[in-house]
Amino acid sequence: MATPEQSVTERAEGPAQPSANSEPALKLTFEVKNLSVWYGEKRAIDDVTFNIASNAVTAIIGPSGCGKSTFLRALNRMHELVPKTRMEGTVLLHGEDLYSKTVDPAIVRRRVGMVFQKSNPFPTMTIGENVVVGLRLNGVRNQKFLNERLEKSLRMAALWDEVKDDLHKPGTSLSGGQQQRLCIARALAVEPQVILMDEPASALDPIATAKVEDLIAELRNAFTIVIVTHSMQQAARVSQRTAFFYLGRLVEVGETTAIFTRPKERETEDYITGRFG
Amino acid sequence: MTKSSRRADSHHWRKIKNALASTTTLVSAVLVIAPLGLVFFHLLVNGASSVNWDFFTHLPKPVGEAGGGMANAIVGSLELLAFAGAIGIPVGVLGGVYLAEYGSARINSILRFLADVLNGIPSITWGVVVYGLVVLRFKSFSAYAGGLALGLIMIPLILRTTEEVVLLVPNGYREAALALGVSRWKTIVHIVMKTASKGIITGILLALARVGGETAPLLFTAFGNRFWNHSLNQPIAALPLQIFTYAISPYDDWHRQAWAGALVLVTGVFCVNVLVRILTRGRAASVV
Repeated sequence: MATPEQSVTERAEGPAQPSANSEPALKLTFEVKNLSVWYGEKRAIDDVTFNIASNAVTAIIGPSGCGKSTFLRALNRMHELVPKTRMEGTVLLHGEDLYSKTVDPAIVRRRVGMVFQKSNPFPTMTIGENVVVGLRLNGVRNQKFLNERLEKSLRMAALWDEVKDDLHKPGTSLSGGQQQRLCIARALAVEPQVILMDEPASALDPIATAKVEDLIAELRNAFTIVIVTHSMQQAARVSQRTAFFYLGRLVEVGETTAIFTRPKERETEDYITGRFG
Repeated sequence: MTKSSRRADSHHWRKIKNALASTTTLVSAVLVIAPLGLVFFHLLVNGASSVNWDFFTHLPKPVGEAGGGMANAIVGSLELLAFAGAIGIPVGVLGGVYLAEYGSARINSILRFLADVLNGIPSITWGVVVYGLVVLRFKSFSAYAGGLALGLIMIPLILRTTEEVVLLVPNGYREAALALGVSRWKTIVHIVMKTASKGIITGILLALARVGGETAPLLFTAFGNRFWNHSLNQPIAALPLQIFTYAISPYDDWHRQAWAGALVLVTGVFCVNVLVRILTRGRAASVV
């Protein structure tokens, strides 16, 4: 199991990664303090404190069941859809408490969008309708505005040129990779500040994966991105910061290059070198 | 007996068993379909000659006069179905959505069990209940009472089918909509119910077809009427009721009319089922 180690470290040391060591100067999007999440009796997240930098890609890695998806969902309160969840701690988005009693989860999710593992364009809608559905269902009626946002979102998702003549076709008629970029465009159309991605490329072939990864690099300029991934190579390629979760705990977080080349914790090193997970 | 001949023997016996099993199942399958063929054949032979333009456009003739039709019963059945639908469709669909989308597991399993019990209640019971609740109170048989009885039968039918098809909608669509900041009820109406709409409509159509042929719940609610119904407070004719009245009468002419009515009714139910088949044909492709 030595191959992953080599490829990961080689890539991570490549010149593409910024080598800044200016950790404290980061502008923060999320400040997570002492976050714990329970599903019924089971504790999925255990006392995680973690800041997420603005306009950067933060990758969350760790073995299955380590709580990385739950953590991601706690950032836009999607984990609350599971009955009998409970949380403790605070999550601040630009200094604002997302879990304050006066905050509507729907508003949180408009500011913190999400892309899922399985592409899920709505089967009853055309490509165009899929992109602007978030705006439409949130009460936007101005057709000119919707059309502008439609084109803008599809361009940002690098899909416009491929679908501009097929906007009236069903969203499900696209290929898997296109569907996933359509879902990204759909998330972008409501103009969130953050995009959470839950293994967005794990169901895609390598070419479609590369396109999604290029897109993530592009979107970093305008959005804060948090991506959960099973692929350490992907984390190394797309992220500036990486967090390693294990058994619901945050083991280590830091510059992606540092995590993959000089991890501080023994558990991180064992995981990225493929000794478990 | 040598070893090899014994083996050949058991092989032979296995073939016989196989043939027996496949024949028995084939015969059973034919027996399942046979009644449908018999019903249609009988209705065509006895009823087809009486199904004519007059049948759809004329009122029943008095005893002894030949001809006449069941126009009032056909229109009456449609009125009753419209009234039943007005009660059964909204309550059944919304209740089914509640079971699938809201509610705790415990309460839902109780509701589901009760709905199944309701589905098993003999339809004449509904007639008796509505007779007690509506007919006695307002001292009149009425279209309202008949429609109510049919609507009550529709509720648990539609409720269960709606619940089933709504549960078939993959969770990914709910999550995708909620993650866009869309509220829960808008997600349910615009995403979930829209995705499941074919299945919901199918359930509604099948429920309408089912109650469209009900006679028992109408016996002492709608009661039947030999003339046009001019007020929903008054007794109203219905196709199954008319068939019942004519079939138990001693007149040959009325018997022929009853056959014709049954043929029209069965054809109507058949058409609804064909419509359902057409609606659900693309089901595999469009998820629900």
